[in-house]
Amino acid sequence: MDQLTQLATRINFKQYVVYIGFLLIFLFFAIVLKDDGFLSTRNLTNIILQTAPITIMAIGLVFVLSAGEIDLSFGSIVAVSALVAAVVMNEHSMILGILAGLGSGLAIGLFNGLLVAYLRLPSFLVTLATMGLFAGVARMLTDLRSVPVLNSTFTGIFGSGSLFGIPSLIYWTVGAVALGHFVFRETKYGAHVLALGDNARAASVSGIKILRMRLSVLMLSGFCAALAGLLYAGRLQGARYTLGEADLMTVIAAVIVGGTLLTGGKGTIIGALAGSLLMGMLNNGLILMGLSVSDQMVVRGFIILIAVALSLRDTNH
Amino acid sequence: MHETGIGKTPVLELQNIKMQFGGITAVENFSLDIKAGEVVALVGDNGAGKSTLIKIISGVYQPTAGVLKVSGEQCTFSDASVARELGVEVVYQDLALVDQQPVYMNLFLGRELTTGPFNRLDRKEMLSQTQQLVDELDVRIPSASATIRDLSGGQRQGIAIARATHWAKKLILLDEPTAALGVAETAKVEKTIQSLRERNLAVLIISHSLDQVFRLSDRICVLRQGKQIGIRETQKTDKNEIVSMITGLG
Ligand SMILES: Nc1ncnc2c1ncn2[C@@H]1O[C@H](COP(=O)(O)OP(=O)(O)OP(=O)(O)O)[C@@H](O)[C@H]1O
Ligand SMILES: [Mg+2]
Repeated sequence: MDQLTQLATRINFKQYVVYIGFLLIFLFFAIVLKDDGFLSTRNLTNIILQTAPITIMAIGLVFVLSAGEIDLSFGSIVAVSALVAAVVMNEHSMILGILAGLGSGLAIGLFNGLLVAYLRLPSFLVTLATMGLFAGVARMLTDLRSVPVLNSTFTGIFGSGSLFGIPSLIYWTVGAVALGHFVFRETKYGAHVLALGDNARAASVSGIKILRMRLSVLMLSGFCAALAGLLYAGRLQGARYTLGEADLMTVIAAVIVGGTLLTGGKGTIIGALAGSLLMGMLNNGLILMGLSVSDQMVVRGFIILIAVALSLRDTNH
Repeated sequence: MHETGIGKTPVLELQNIKMQFGGITAVENFSLDIKAGEVVALVGDNGAGKSTLIKIISGVYQPTAGVLKVSGEQCTFSDASVARELGVEVVYQDLALVDQQPVYMNLFLGRELTTGPFNRLDRKEMLSQTQQLVDELDVRIPSASATIRDLSGGQRQGIAIARATHWAKKLILLDEPTAALGVAETAKVEKTIQSLRERNLAVLIISHSLDQVFRLSDRICVLRQGKQIGIRETQKTDKNEIVSMITGLG
């Protein structure tokens, strides 16, 4: 019995760390920033809107980590895709721009995936290299210049628009989370991703095509990053090589704090959403508190460290 | 002793199987037929090549040379899924379970049941079928939704065996299936293996326990350092002969 309760607390605590942390940080800001408008509907909505690209990238990363791989290149994919989309859109049409943006994300994901799955290179090293490579490509694409996006249909759908009084970025967030959660939890594909990340040999002898699975999660991550790039371009009405540059740590932290294991075999999309919102709230609150950029980085780093440590703490080891 | 299947095409035929890993020859010139309803034991010291043979039959490894036939048809198993489709099931020495998933997902690993227009996983159905199966085989686990990592070594082994016996249609390969089991659990597994014989399946079992081998098998095949030393009918041999074949002494 004693063991049973011990087990229960261990599972519950680790599973809910993100929600407890979310609540604590929320309460803290609500009290400290009472007079700075933290609790205003406008500010809270803003947090969700600013978090949308983070959430989308986090969904892709949950699949990659659960499969036992990692993607470090998604930040660079964001920049490349946004720039490609912006340039193509300005020279041709909105539809072509969107397709080109998403297509370049898929293509980079395919490149990562082929190297990882078929050349059997470790995803950490492959995506570390492609992170640098495509950050360079993003700089080369437009010679460091930013590209304005003036197509109002595009900026409406991917940025500042709204439908029935609800901002479009909320539709994107809810839609992506719902779809991601469904695929991850309710389909064979999701089950096979988890099996692969847990025990690749067992997955393989059970007839799961593990190489194809590895390829597919990295492509999915590339696609999510590209979509995040479009959302940035829509909200900021332009693309720039710096887009996504600072998101690597935020997204990884969001996913880990949310309850996805870095070692594979276990993940959660809803947790990743909560983790992303936690990160967004943290950014927002620290800015409202008037901290300088360097102070923000230090405080955020510490809080992430604590949250990650708590969510990974395993009484078994 | 067991008349079933005699005179028919063997379920499994191995002819001159050879397996090399780089410079090491793990198995050389191995030949064996197994008929339906027959239990053959594969014995030999550590590193003799027993697990390697199992992995060749199940398609994990492609043999360097030799012919493999299932029900008379020559096979080239490009990977493990081909053997599965032909009705060959394996209990691997490392069990091949997914630790962080529940028992029922392991039972249906790679063959998950789905339902509805969106092909959702049918967890309810998988859970109830699994519960029924573990009850039938008397595998004592808290529940079919328990996570594998929370189970004991014996319970895990029970799950791996239940999975293989559930899906096997022709041939079942067991790599030291009772290695982690206590006396009572071992007896249960041996009873399960007897029932496989009654289901007219062919069984190839690896075991280091000669008592068990003599209790279960119709024939005994001995390997030593990758070489096939010989095959004996269990009724016409004794432990001394088998031990001297395994060790090469005496
Ligand atoms: N993937 C591999 N690569 C290289 N050598 C291997 C590989 N698998 C097995 N071997 C070698 O082949 C030989 C036979 O190994 P195998 O695992 O088949 O032995 P075994 O009879 O199952 O032993 P045990 O009773 O200890 O399980 C050993 O010398 C082993 O080192
Ligand atoms: Mg072995």
